Amino acid sequence: MSRQLVFSRAENEALRQEMERDPAVILLGEDVAGGAGRAAQGFVDAWGGPMGSTKGLIQQFGPERIIDTPICEMGFIGAAVGAAVTGLRPVAELMFVNFVGVSLDPIMNEAAYLRYMLGGQVSVPLVVKTAIGATGMGATNGGGTAAQHSGSMYSLFAHIPGLKCVVPSDPYTAKGLLIAAIRDDDPVVYCSHRALAGTQGEVPEESYTVPIGRARVLREGRDVTLVGIARMTGVCLEAAERLAADGVEAEVVDLLSVAPLDEETVVESVRRTKHVVVVDEDTPRCGVARDVAAVVADRAIDHLDGPVKTVTGPHAPVPYSGPLVAAFVPSADSVVAAALATLRD
Amino acid sequence: MVAGADSELVAPAPDVVRWLYRRMVLIRRFEERIDALRQSGTLQGSAHLSVGQEAVAAGVCARLNRDDAVASTHRGHGHAIAKGVDVSRMMAELFGRETGTNRGKGGSMHIADTSVGMLGATGVVGAGIPMALGAALSARHHGRGQVAVAFFGDGAMGQGVVYECLNMSAIWRLPLVFVCENNLYAESTPAEYALGSTELAPRAAPFGVPAAVVDGQDALAVYDAMGGAVERARGGGGPTFLECKTYRYHGHYLGDDPRRYRTAEEEAHYRARDCIERLAPALPEEERRALDGDAVREVDAAVAFAERSPAPALSELATDVYTR
Repeated sequence: MSRQLVFSRAENEALRQEMERDPAVILLGEDVAGGAGRAAQGFVDAWGGPMGSTKGLIQQFGPERIIDTPICEMGFIGAAVGAAVTGLRPVAELMFVNFVGVSLDPIMNEAAYLRYMLGGQVSVPLVVKTAIGATGMGATNGGGTAAQHSGSMYSLFAHIPGLKCVVPSDPYTAKGLLIAAIRDDDPVVYCSHRALAGTQGEVPEESYTVPIGRARVLREGRDVTLVGIARMTGVCLEAAERLAADGVEAEVVDLLSVAPLDEETVVESVRRTKHVVVVDEDTPRCGVARDVAAVVADRAIDHLDGPVKTVTGPHAPVPYSGPLVAAFVPSADSVVAAALATLRD
Repeated sequence: MVAGADSELVAPAPDVVRWLYRRMVLIRRFEERIDALRQSGTLQGSAHLSVGQEAVAAGVCARLNRDDAVASTHRGHGHAIAKGVDVSRMMAELFGRETGTNRGKGGSMHIADTSVGMLGATGVVGAGIPMALGAALSARHHGRGQVAVAFFGDGAMGQGVVYECLNMSAIWRLPLVFVCENNLYAESTPAEYALGSTELAPRAAPFGVPAAVVDGQDALAVYDAMGGAVERARGGGGPTFLECKTYRYHGHYLGDDPRRYRTAEEEAHYRARDCIERLAPALPEEERRALDGDAVREVDAAVAFAERSPAPALSELATDVYTR
């Protein structure tokens, strides 16, 4: 059996291999090693990143390339942009995507716009590596991390010209997309779903890339297309299993990139199945699900035999309490129901 | 406080005075021409003039090498010219032409030429500071002895990112010079209203960043203070904060009438301490006249270049959003 690796270790391997390959790659962020400056007292690499995905890197690459920053997202992400336009390839760790609230300026007004605004003089090979997604779904006494640490928000990045945004769904795509993001000459926001951090999957030991801007068909089917992203891809696969038991053959498209968006793969699938359900954990308004739905409406409406369905979180912040989180996050049940609804119409 | 502010100035070499004077006059003639072109209705578009502040740009950049990085402000023409950006391409950018520094996509507020280390002006107050910090990180990484300079105004001192960057530059001892151009106004808002204390240099000390107050109307004083800061940065001694006290003669933006928020008497007070007139006696009159004439001719040529340059092709509308 080929090698199995946990999602966060796949990310770790991606970072390690890219840092070995290219001395211009640096990593900076809060607690990327942790316990900084206390090596003499025996404290090194206390955290290795909030999800442990950067563990062990400081021992190999040292504090000049694995840079623990103070808590100042605007400052250190702005610095990463400055480093990116002067010869480095920084990976800036934005601990939770919600912290974009204090760092959107360097991401949008600088990283995304610089190349255009400067008439093509510079490229900005920056990766903003961030964590997304609601947790605490199974909790019966308590919950997850609530509104300010659980957002998805990738549609925000997709909206900004100049940015790319990738969202892996398993350890294989995590490693390949992170390597692709580091090698990309444009700024890429890499979104890592926290509920996937501990999941296992097959990951080749050698370095490889998963192309940015390309979706993949994970399961073929002729009756309905289920479009998933991040954790929702797994939910779509589960829904497809259940639909199969009812004799419905669902095709599952794993989006992987929200910017650029692989319209072709989605449209091509929907033209064959004539039905589509787009599943997104993010909130619904101006989000990826409705964007994909609009693309389908624009490019494949003549092929549709039922309404375009979206299944998303509600228009609400992510709650704390376990049962509320479970109600927030789209389930296989709701995807099955949406698929049957569009097939029925 | 570091050496430079109050120390005795060493008589600078004649070529330094000449360099400073030439740059300052060129900046002034360039910006006065922009003003005239606007007044006559020839030029449209957003621009902010630094007339009156030329000594800071010149005195700072006189200490820099071509590969040292400068991150500028929205008031960046002076920084660009002092760092060596071609004024013809700058004027073409203001005219929105394809021969402009930014191929007509940035305008005055984003003029950049990375080939001479000018990372760009910025439309977001304070945003250039972390960019310069990043350039200083790159300089440390590459080990080529480069330094980075962040220009910003008293207005930026209200932005939190200034303090984030003072902190990071200190803990990592980065080769970064903070140059605060304290011109007393953040847009229309006076410093004495917007700042808890109008003495800005002391704000650096709590972060462990040495600071100096500099007479920003005296190019040689700026040059002197910057010499110490750059020496410290290149020698691995870390960052320095220079508060350069200066004044802009024009309004915040082209078209702003500053008499809406300040008096004629105040303007006259600062104009009487004009930085160019102050340096002028250090040069023989004949040489000065030659340099004055050169600057006018250079600006004339820049306008002619801009006027005869074509607008960007419409096919350029969505190019360079991504590298490919």
